[in-house]
Amino acid sequence: MKNYDKLLNDLAPQKFGKAGVIWTSSLIVIIIIGLIAYIDQIRKGLVVTNLNDYALWGIYISNFVFFVATSFVASVTVAVLRLTNNSWRTPIVRIAEIIAVACIIMAGLTIMIDMGRPDRLLNLFIYGRMQSPIIWDVIIIPTFMIISLLLLYFPLLPDLAILKTHFKEKNPTLSKWYGRLSLNWTGNPKQTKIQLKSIKIVALLILITGIILQTIDAWLFSTLFRVGWDSTNMGAYFVSGAAVAGLGALVTVVYVLRRAYKLENYITNIHFDKLGKFLALACLVYLYFNINEYLIPEFTSKKEEISHLNLLIDGQFAPLFWLVIIGGLIIPTIILLFKKGRTPFSIFVVGLLVVIGSWWKRYLIVTPTLLHPFLPIQGVPKSWQHYFPSWHEWIITIATLAMALLIITILVRFLPIIPIEKTANEQELLNKNTNS
Amino acid sequence: MDQKENNSRRNFLDKGLKIGLATAIGSIGFSKLAEALTTQTAKDSTDKMQLMTTNGTLVEVDTSEVVEMINGQAEHIMYNVREGIPNRKFVMVIDLAKCKNALKCQESCNKNHFITGDNPWLKVHKMQADDDTAPYWMPTTCMHCDHPACVSVCPVGATFKRKDGLVLIDNERCIGCRFCMAACPYSTRVFNWSEPDQGDITMDMHMHGEEHYSPEYAGLPSVKGTVDKCDFCPHLIKENELPHCVTACPNGTFYFGDKYEDTVTNGDETLRLSKLLTDRAGFRLMDDLGTRPSVYYLPPVNRLVDFKEGLKNFSEYKTDKKPE
Repeated sequence: MKNYDKLLNDLAPQKFGKAGVIWTSSLIVIIIIGLIAYIDQIRKGLVVTNLNDYALWGIYISNFVFFVATSFVASVTVAVLRLTNNSWRTPIVRIAEIIAVACIIMAGLTIMIDMGRPDRLLNLFIYGRMQSPIIWDVIIIPTFMIISLLLLYFPLLPDLAILKTHFKEKNPTLSKWYGRLSLNWTGNPKQTKIQLKSIKIVALLILITGIILQTIDAWLFSTLFRVGWDSTNMGAYFVSGAAVAGLGALVTVVYVLRRAYKLENYITNIHFDKLGKFLALACLVYLYFNINEYLIPEFTSKKEEISHLNLLIDGQFAPLFWLVIIGGLIIPTIILLFKKGRTPFSIFVVGLLVVIGSWWKRYLIVTPTLLHPFLPIQGVPKSWQHYFPSWHEWIITIATLAMALLIITILVRFLPIIPIEKTANEQELLNKNTNS
Repeated sequence: MDQKENNSRRNFLDKGLKIGLATAIGSIGFSKLAEALTTQTAKDSTDKMQLMTTNGTLVEVDTSEVVEMINGQAEHIMYNVREGIPNRKFVMVIDLAKCKNALKCQESCNKNHFITGDNPWLKVHKMQADDDTAPYWMPTTCMHCDHPACVSVCPVGATFKRKDGLVLIDNERCIGCRFCMAACPYSTRVFNWSEPDQGDITMDMHMHGEEHYSPEYAGLPSVKGTVDKCDFCPHLIKENELPHCVTACPNGTFYFGDKYEDTVTNGDETLRLSKLLTDRAGFRLMDDLGTRPSVYYLPPVNRLVDFKEGLKNFSEYKTDKKPE
């Protein structure tokens, strides 16, 4: 029983310390600055960006693709680890669910930032045409959003009931809210049966919709003629890339939360070791698809493909391209292949590299292709031959990233980041086994 | 007082409704009656007429059913803007042997569509397939594809394909996602990144007899945050006139016409389209993509003009010929 109290105290949501307050308020400040920039963009039009008739999509789109990719973390960890009966997943699944919810909400918001006429958003529902890949996205993003919310919510029910009693005296209002959200959870066998069944269904659904979401996102590009997008590799390439981005984000966030909340007893080195191996596997698969995407066109050497690849391999995008491939994919894989490379801090660094690499990777998928159209770029201002984001684009994009972090922060503040009930059950089971 | 006013209003509404209902029923009755009368006369008619169908067989038709055919070229026939002019299929032929990059087409297009930015809809490209092959000038308009990639991907049907071959944009529906621009392999579409600086466009609209916005007159006005492109000037062709670029070209490079009539004209000469394309080995741009453009090109052979002459008008990094 004493163990249980300690467990509850360790895992129940805690008020922000000084660092937490500073962190949250700086996020809010960044978001407000971003909002001001966005209002300015609405007033003046997309002219405040550095986009033009050739580079017609920029970091708004690549940032959107990044968010969509990262939201895959719920499918790749929660669903895959559940289906493969990997019981070590317990302390990290909730964090994965939280990241997925934050990212898919932000994906839905960021795609609107890119619209020339956000005031006509409803046209998508009034005049929507099923043959357009954008409508596929309009359907799948809210679907994935709802399923990822349910995947966060269903396993939370027992914990919410526990927190209701835990906060009864300390914070009655909070306790009331936990009570309402716990839907009168008592933990009787009937409830447990329904809950387990629901989680099973939702976990399966998140895997299916996750793969569909990533594939549709790939089809946004591969349904077009452009060199670099017109590739049958795209669907699988995006799914595997999403696994890398999602796992990278997960290990980074897990490390930070473990330090901030001193969860070393719950998230152990073993968990990092396992996550590290999983990330290494994802990186290797992604590397395989990258080879397909960049190396094989070199063999047939079609004129257009070659000039596109040259932009990446030794043209204006070469420094970024090699940084992303080597720094964001090859080096992380090599580090993770060694046992010494899979210590928590090392994995945190690798995670950061992978996430940053993943973000720029999407930029490299969107921009160079657009700067290389079929007909030569002529008779337009010289600046239209290049693209680099403007201040407005940077500020707004950084604000969306801050908003994702803020959603994660708020959820972490009010929800137990490690499932309390499940951990308690597992520990009880462990104790029983050792006693007997 | 209040009560009374309320009552009178209620009475008024009540009466109004009844009268309205009575009128509606009455008018339906009358129209039914009229219909019955007319069908009666039609049935009574016994006059027959002998006519020859298009494939040469003689048929007998009741005279009452014979109606004068509306000429396909007649002006001001009513048609749905999204469906297009009935029984027409507009095509363009661009003779690369005649283009000398005079840019009069672009000038006229910019002026008449009030294009003021850096984004002309009609561009003249300096093309050269390889170092060993000859350079040539190639004007590009919207290709008005029969299998348009832009229309396939538009999420709201703001850009649409008409039966008469035209691909137009409804700037009042466009949400500005620019997916069509990414889809178009000819990079023909442009975006209004800011509020277009078109001067007193409402006055211009009145001058052109366009009181309201219509997709048939692109650029009148251009709308911030939406996509624009060459529209094949339906506001002119429905009046039996040629698009601006065709009439503006000093060399007669552009031919415009109707595929069903099998004729194209550049204003000076009218040619048989099929013969022209066969004799001069016409081709379409990037036909291998399956876009099936409505714009045909004639190869730059036996050229009338020296390529170098056009260089003085060419600048790689700037648009020329903005309207004065």
